Amino acid sequence: MTDKKPGIADYPLAERRPDLVESAKGQPLEALTLEALEQQQIGMEDLRITPEALRQQAAIARDAGRATLAQNFERAAELVPVPQDLVMDIYELLRPGRAKNKAELLAMAERLREEHGAEVMAGFLEEAAEVYEARGLFTYRF
Amino acid sequence: MTTGSNRWRRFADWDERPLRLDNFAVEDAANGFAAFSSPQDPKPAIGLAEGRIVMMDGVAEADFDMIDLFIARYHLDPAITEEAMAIPAEDLAAMLVDPKVPRTELVRLAHGLTPARLAEVVAQLSALEIAFSYAKMRARKTPGNQGHVTNAKDDPLQLAADAATAVALGFDEIETTMRVSRNAWSNALACCVGAAVGRWGTLFQCSSEEAEELKIGMAGFTSYAETVSVYGTEKAFVDGDDTPWSKAFLAAAYASRGIKMRCTSGAGAELLMGFHEAKSLLYLETRCLCLQRAMGVQGTQNGGIDGAPLTASIPGGMRELMAENLIAVWLDLECASGNDARPTESEIRVGAKIIPYMLAGSDLICSGMGSILKYDNSFNPSLLNGEEIEDYLVLQRDFETDGALTPLDETKVLDLRRRALGALSAVFEELDLGRPTAAMKESVALASGSAETESYTAGQVAEISEAIERRGITVVDVIQALAKRGFREEAEHLLNLVRLRVSGDYLQTSALVRDGKILSAVNDPNDYQGPGSGYRMSEARRQEVNAIREVLDRETVLRDAARFKKDEAARIRYREMGEATAGSEPLEVIIGLSPAFGSHLFRSLAGHSLADVLAALKSGIEAGGGKARILRFRHTADTSFLGLSAASLAGSGVGIGIQAKGTAVIHRKGRLPHNNLELFSNAPITSLDHYRRFGENAAAYAKGTAPEPVVVPTHGMALGARHHARVALIYAIETEMSQEGAAPLEIEATWLEQRAP
Repeated sequence: MTDKKPGIADYPLAERRPDLVESAKGQPLEALTLEALEQQQIGMEDLRITPEALRQQAAIARDAGRATLAQNFERAAELVPVPQDLVMDIYELLRPGRAKNKAELLAMAERLREEHGAEVMAGFLEEAAEVYEARGLFTYRF
Repeated sequence: MTTGSNRWRRFADWDERPLRLDNFAVEDAANGFAAFSSPQDPKPAIGLAEGRIVMMDGVAEADFDMIDLFIARYHLDPAITEEAMAIPAEDLAAMLVDPKVPRTELVRLAHGLTPARLAEVVAQLSALEIAFSYAKMRARKTPGNQGHVTNAKDDPLQLAADAATAVALGFDEIETTMRVSRNAWSNALACCVGAAVGRWGTLFQCSSEEAEELKIGMAGFTSYAETVSVYGTEKAFVDGDDTPWSKAFLAAAYASRGIKMRCTSGAGAELLMGFHEAKSLLYLETRCLCLQRAMGVQGTQNGGIDGAPLTASIPGGMRELMAENLIAVWLDLECASGNDARPTESEIRVGAKIIPYMLAGSDLICSGMGSILKYDNSFNPSLLNGEEIEDYLVLQRDFETDGALTPLDETKVLDLRRRALGALSAVFEELDLGRPTAAMKESVALASGSAETESYTAGQVAEISEAIERRGITVVDVIQALAKRGFREEAEHLLNLVRLRVSGDYLQTSALVRDGKILSAVNDPNDYQGPGSGYRMSEARRQEVNAIREVLDRETVLRDAARFKKDEAARIRYREMGEATAGSEPLEVIIGLSPAFGSHLFRSLAGHSLADVLAALKSGIEAGGGKARILRFRHTADTSFLGLSAASLAGSGVGIGIQAKGTAVIHRKGRLPHNNLELFSNAPITSLDHYRRFGENAAAYAKGTAPEPVVVPTHGMALGARHHARVALIYAIETEMSQEGAAPLEIEATWLEQRAP
């Protein structure tokens, strides 16, 4: 891995810069073969995206003039280690009327920050809490 | 509808046209029925203070609703917005259609434009200008397409076979959904196996409930999602059970799982949901699109989704659907450009809707097209479906434009379908999900649609689907099962697709996979700058597009002719009796044959044996009291000159000229070549009885009477379309045989067996 951020010229990474790509367990792309899968040397967890890959894609997106797409990839990088059930819980909590008050969202933001180091996403939830309160979304839905 | 009343009956004819099944609505902005502008649409405006947006389109920051706030905060770039908003709308409109203004410059400016300004600019363009600008502004250079793969029974066998078929047709993405929502897991597994047959790289999604769709993606069965809907008013958004923040969170969640994602929006959604705020369709959709860019999604599906039929009922609705696609690509979003929900029963409106997109190209021209029959389309029928795919293939060929699909070879596609059925059965057996019988598989292999299959029912599928979910089966289990049962190629293909997640390259804007390589707006950016630039089909691709089924060539026509040679030899014998001379009998009518008549060509375009045609003419002449003489002309194949030459040599001065394809003329000596007495110009619909009556009339003219001309009714068929390619090839054979100045020959025709007249 290099410290220099990849750009348009390095894209697609898997084709042009496979040296920059590795699986969650540090395997290079070329090790992710059918034979390895058959011998159960690799599994579903080796075929997931990594926070590093998302940050690299964010750098490429930014280089291509797509700052908002880059921000989405950066939020996503923080969510990679967040367990699926918690991801679904947060989504549910963000839907209208699920959180009954601002504190519920703020607590979830704090949990993301403390347990998963998800600083950007925590801020995003806190922003939602402010807006939901201002727009009266903490209301009865069903 | 009464027809006996005081009414021009053409209206009764029009009543029967499929068009009249469509609803049309009056323009009524107050009630949300306005495509491009409404008095309630805000005036474009921007206010900045200390580098922050404090007013947008006339709404002060304190009054921002959720959508305003999200757009102001994440879409609008304070560093650009004053520059961009200072440019008059008409100047921006002109820049959109100017090939010399680069796409990149317009995209940069869009980061500073408010929804009201974007809508105002695009509203100034005609439909043609919108299509042209779309060709310039869309993000990826190479066009792509998406297909639906669903069926009315949620039958996994048919899904697998139809997915393989869709892949063979060239769809870059396929999308499934269910009749019974709990069948999602079975649909996903079946389609992902089928899509691995033949080639790899077709991205796949299973449209289901938001949380479940993400779970199915996590299990590795799907590679993209596009049903993340957003709306243009706050009330519609909340009614849709989401907020910009929940949807933006979902966007990040998909990316965090390495799954490509786009949002869905489209004109008419807010109107259907009853929360339109009396604003125009385009303005509301522009808010949706700015919101999507703000959320950081790579793309959108718009321009003809569920709201399309409603939008198409409003004046300018079809143009509005094009306009909203243009705004999407101006905002640098991948655009799966609708052409999805069928907005009309009129085939003419269907064709007109798709053409601008076929000409301009699009990231995904349809989102998607029904690769299956209409009744099997579980999304509801698409603009185009399995019934019409060949029409689409021909349009590609007609306009030399790349609609991203490729004609199917009959044998090859059946092999692929059987291979897909074998692969899915192997997976089912290995994972103990089912044991499809040979009869089930074969019924599916050959079936055009689910009405013809003897396979799983939706209820049986529910058990399979629940087992997949309950047992936590993932794509890894499927790949292992395929490999174990000898479907190694399919196993490799599927693994390649899942492995795309590791690097995340296909998360970038407009990404798809072609020939095993990622193609996106990053490495295949649209560089249109005028004629000769942008996407052009390679010669190899052009040949692929041209290779539709059943195309005629000279060899085919000659081979067809040769097939009848033997049959004709058993019917008639022609003997050449030397050079012909002028006749003197007053009732003599000459039948003048063209050079290839009965010598190289043996069937009229209507399929009649030329021996029978000649017999009919001869018997007609004789029944009319004339005397028939047969000559072969070698100097011309032109009907008029054949007829006039025959007339000139006939004792009566009346002759019939006839070509091998069956076109015939009655002529009289001394008339101008093209001023004949009667003409049969529509050979494909000319019957033997017509030829017999033609002969009778010729005899009548010889006797100096004026018979009622024989009229062959056409019934409005496009005879040129049906026959002219063959006609031209046949006629070329005749003209090639013509020899300048060659003398006519006397012919003795003998009908054999019982065929004598």
